[in-house]
Amino acid sequence: MIKTIIRKGAYFDSVSLMQVAKKLNALDGVIDSAVVMATKENKGIIRASGLLTAEILKAADNDLAIAVNARTICAAEAALKAAEELLDKKPASSGGSDRKAAGLEDALKTLAGANLAVISVAGRFAGALAAQCLENGLNVMLFSDNVPVETEVALKREGVKRGLLVMGPDCGTAIINGAPIAFANSVRRGNIGIVAASGTGLQEVSALISNEGAGISQAIGTGSRDVKIEVGAITLLEGLRMLAADPATEVLVIVSKPPHPSILKKITAEIGKIRKPVVAVFLGGEIKEKIKGDFYPAKTLEEAAYKAVCLAKGWKPAKAREIIYDMNLKAGELAKTEAAKKKKARCLRGLFSGGTFVSEAQVILPELIGEVRSNAPLDKKFGLRDSMKLSGHAVIDLGEDEFTVGRPHPMIDFTLRSKMIVSEAAKPEVSVLLLDLVLGYGSNLRPLEDITPPITEAFLRNRELSIIASVTGTETDPQTRSKVVKGLEAAGVLVMPSNAGACRLAGEIIRLSGSKARGAGLRS
Amino acid sequence: MAVSKLFGSELKVINIGLESFRQGLSDCGVKSVQAQFKPPLSGEAGLFAKTSRHAARIGRANKKALARVLEARPVLTGMGTALDVIPGMAKDLILHAGPPVTWGRMCGPMRGGIMAALMYEGLAKDPAAAERLAASGKIKYAPCHEHNAVGPMAGIISASMPVFIVKNEAAGNYAYATQNEGLGKVLRYGAYSPEVIERLKWMETVLYPALKAAIEFLGKIDLKAIVAQALHMGDEVHNRNRAATSLFYRAIAPAVIRTARDPETAAKVLDFVNGNDHFFLNLSMALSKASLDAGRGVKDSSLVVAMARNGTDFGVQLSGTGGRWFTGPAPVPDALYFPGYSKADANPDIGDSAITETNGLGGFAIAAAPAIVQFVGGTAADAVSYTLAMYEITAGENNIYKIPYLNFRGTPTGIDVIKAARSGILPFIDTGVAHKKAGVGQVGAGVLSAPPEPFARAFEYFARNLK
Repeated sequence: MIKTIIRKGAYFDSVSLMQVAKKLNALDGVIDSAVVMATKENKGIIRASGLLTAEILKAADNDLAIAVNARTICAAEAALKAAEELLDKKPASSGGSDRKAAGLEDALKTLAGANLAVISVAGRFAGALAAQCLENGLNVMLFSDNVPVETEVALKREGVKRGLLVMGPDCGTAIINGAPIAFANSVRRGNIGIVAASGTGLQEVSALISNEGAGISQAIGTGSRDVKIEVGAITLLEGLRMLAADPATEVLVIVSKPPHPSILKKITAEIGKIRKPVVAVFLGGEIKEKIKGDFYPAKTLEEAAYKAVCLAKGWKPAKAREIIYDMNLKAGELAKTEAAKKKKARCLRGLFSGGTFVSEAQVILPELIGEVRSNAPLDKKFGLRDSMKLSGHAVIDLGEDEFTVGRPHPMIDFTLRSKMIVSEAAKPEVSVLLLDLVLGYGSNLRPLEDITPPITEAFLRNRELSIIASVTGTETDPQTRSKVVKGLEAAGVLVMPSNAGACRLAGEIIRLSGSKARGAGLRS
Repeated sequence: MAVSKLFGSELKVINIGLESFRQGLSDCGVKSVQAQFKPPLSGEAGLFAKTSRHAARIGRANKKALARVLEARPVLTGMGTALDVIPGMAKDLILHAGPPVTWGRMCGPMRGGIMAALMYEGLAKDPAAAERLAASGKIKYAPCHEHNAVGPMAGIISASMPVFIVKNEAAGNYAYATQNEGLGKVLRYGAYSPEVIERLKWMETVLYPALKAAIEFLGKIDLKAIVAQALHMGDEVHNRNRAATSLFYRAIAPAVIRTARDPETAAKVLDFVNGNDHFFLNLSMALSKASLDAGRGVKDSSLVVAMARNGTDFGVQLSGTGGRWFTGPAPVPDALYFPGYSKADANPDIGDSAITETNGLGGFAIAAAPAIVQFVGGTAADAVSYTLAMYEITAGENNIYKIPYLNFRGTPTGIDVIKAARSGILPFIDTGVAHKKAGVGQVGAGVLSAPPEPFARAFEYFARNLK
């Protein structure tokens, strides 16, 4: 029984709509539902679920389509009513001005002296809106993705011309003047400035720094495409210049995937000009050349964070290795105990919500356990053919488009990962699950409630299973890191302070179980 | 190349999109405001880029057009018979509201109004004959707007109807409108029963001569001053005209008494004006028409100079695109209905009265009219947000019409079609609702957002033809 409502010309952002759909699916008698703007892409998506009714097919891009598949007419109608109520509900305001501004001009009048626009509307509208914000003298953080690369370049060039920072598109995280923007953690203020082309990387590095007692002056997100040759690292370079000139910043950290060689040249040239120590992590690639005396390359996010902490506190940067070594020692003991429980060496499956953690896992794990496959491989050779059929050791980025179309990001909505935790644990070849939990603003506010049931279920299905997790976050985050860690530990999860630490522990467990059960033939 | 001053300044954030992003900001004391977002009306990004490239020139043109609208001095100078005073008027011509429409595409109330007019003119003796004549091709139809006139609802003007003459003393142009008939079964809502024709005859033979004489006695009545005062008394002069009608009554009553042929006539005429809270509506429309017509014909101006509906189509005209109409289907208003009626009975939006919104009044000034906020969600705050939203799409603020609650800020005036197309914000219009069947009359009153198509088409045509 499918029922449909079309609201002409009613625009809602996709995340709000997905939240409504999630609530509808939880209603009694509802089999499935779709609450989408009736764009061509969305019609394609809901066609697969059988919800593409004739009315929706006829609806236009700017029309809202609500379709419910329910067991009875009553349930379908109740769900449609609930959908309309949810959509019309006026959200409680959260500080600042109570009244919603009608548009940009009204907002500029309402909040005199506004200097940053945070934009998270659908990608096809975001570029024009960002351009308008720049015209009005606003710095821009563009959270939206699916913005064409030419638009990104034009916006960034315009920003440079006007002396305005353009973060993004696809920039998930920033910390400006101490304030967390979008997906960010509540960190201490301090003297370390970050420029990051990776949102998760920025969160991990800033949270680790804060948890070690140092702090962040500014953290600039560039958007994931910034270091590509088409964009030319405009924002990364601009960010370095801004941090170099910022009196509150004494140490700089760069977090990125390996840039194109010609772009890397520009970046190293800029680093050479900075008269402050610079730490850089290019996950999956390392700068080998000697740029300057106080330049410190790092292999992992963790190493970059701890090096920055040492520099910020006036310690020798080499002390970072000692911190990591001490952690390794502890992890080694833990790994032995865990490995002892296992009769055979089996496979590791990493189910990640943060894309950068998947890269970091691929930097760390192969040294311990050999070949690791991924849907986001650092080396294309190790790509997965089918992300839903894992074999051998594998690490999965659940934030990749193949998983997120029509669904909120896995840092918000755990549904898919929860299913996979149980289904992977149930496979006889799996003995270690590796997870990340990212806390902070924007992320799931009740992570324990959502993740504990599948974990309990996983342990029931697989008596030899080890689950290792890292928790990215701080004590002052809305979810409170220590509460989440305790909850996970109570459920039987081994929690490490960093993703790198979690990867090493997981790898060690496999390695040690492997050496005990010689010839189990993992690499065959 | 400038350097960003972001780090050294107090962070103040405009959040557009996910509202939850404001939580982190407010937790650390950062001021933020949520800005609503709507998709642009046109998907043609290239046209937006083109208008941006020519922004300075368009801005100058709009400033010039708007200045003419704001500087208009519309005064009521007299009355006359449509045939005598309206340019191009003819005995076989009937003027109607909105953009051009053929008899075949006309909605029920407009057809009913035309039938009433034909009987009133003595061209048909009963409704059946009137309907035959109307469809015969012997009667010509044209928009009021193309004859310097405006009419509420069906907006029917026929040759022998008396009309007000409003002169814009600044530019010298004229505008015309009929006398308002009151509520209930009336021609403008498509009613054509004998009582309707009878009232029209009384208005022609008693009301018109008395008002005409009184206006002549006074010389002129400054309509702009009345509207400015009425906005301070709770009117927006579209759906609420109580204060403006009272002010008009105060202005004209002594003259009516002095010039009427006998006290009984004076009393009846004044009772009629007094008994109709919407008597001033037709004058507020003529005042708006006289003001906006002065803003027509400015090259490169994207200013909207007319919004009008014929009950089938919603039409828009721009200053810089001549007499061309840009149309789209007229929507059914979101209204409060009289007992016994519902949205199912409602005709799509109809009337030239959206000329008031075009002039910064009506829905654009609803923040000044707390008494009618039931139409817009029930709270004064709702009314204020509607007015505030209109500043997003207007070229300027009014110098005369001001809103007390907004610290006497001028009403949002002069819709810039580029701003509307870019922001996706559509003009907000107060309106009465006609029954979709001819002859029934008014069934409710309410508000609506103008439909997107006419504005998208106007924008695209304007931008494409920009040289």
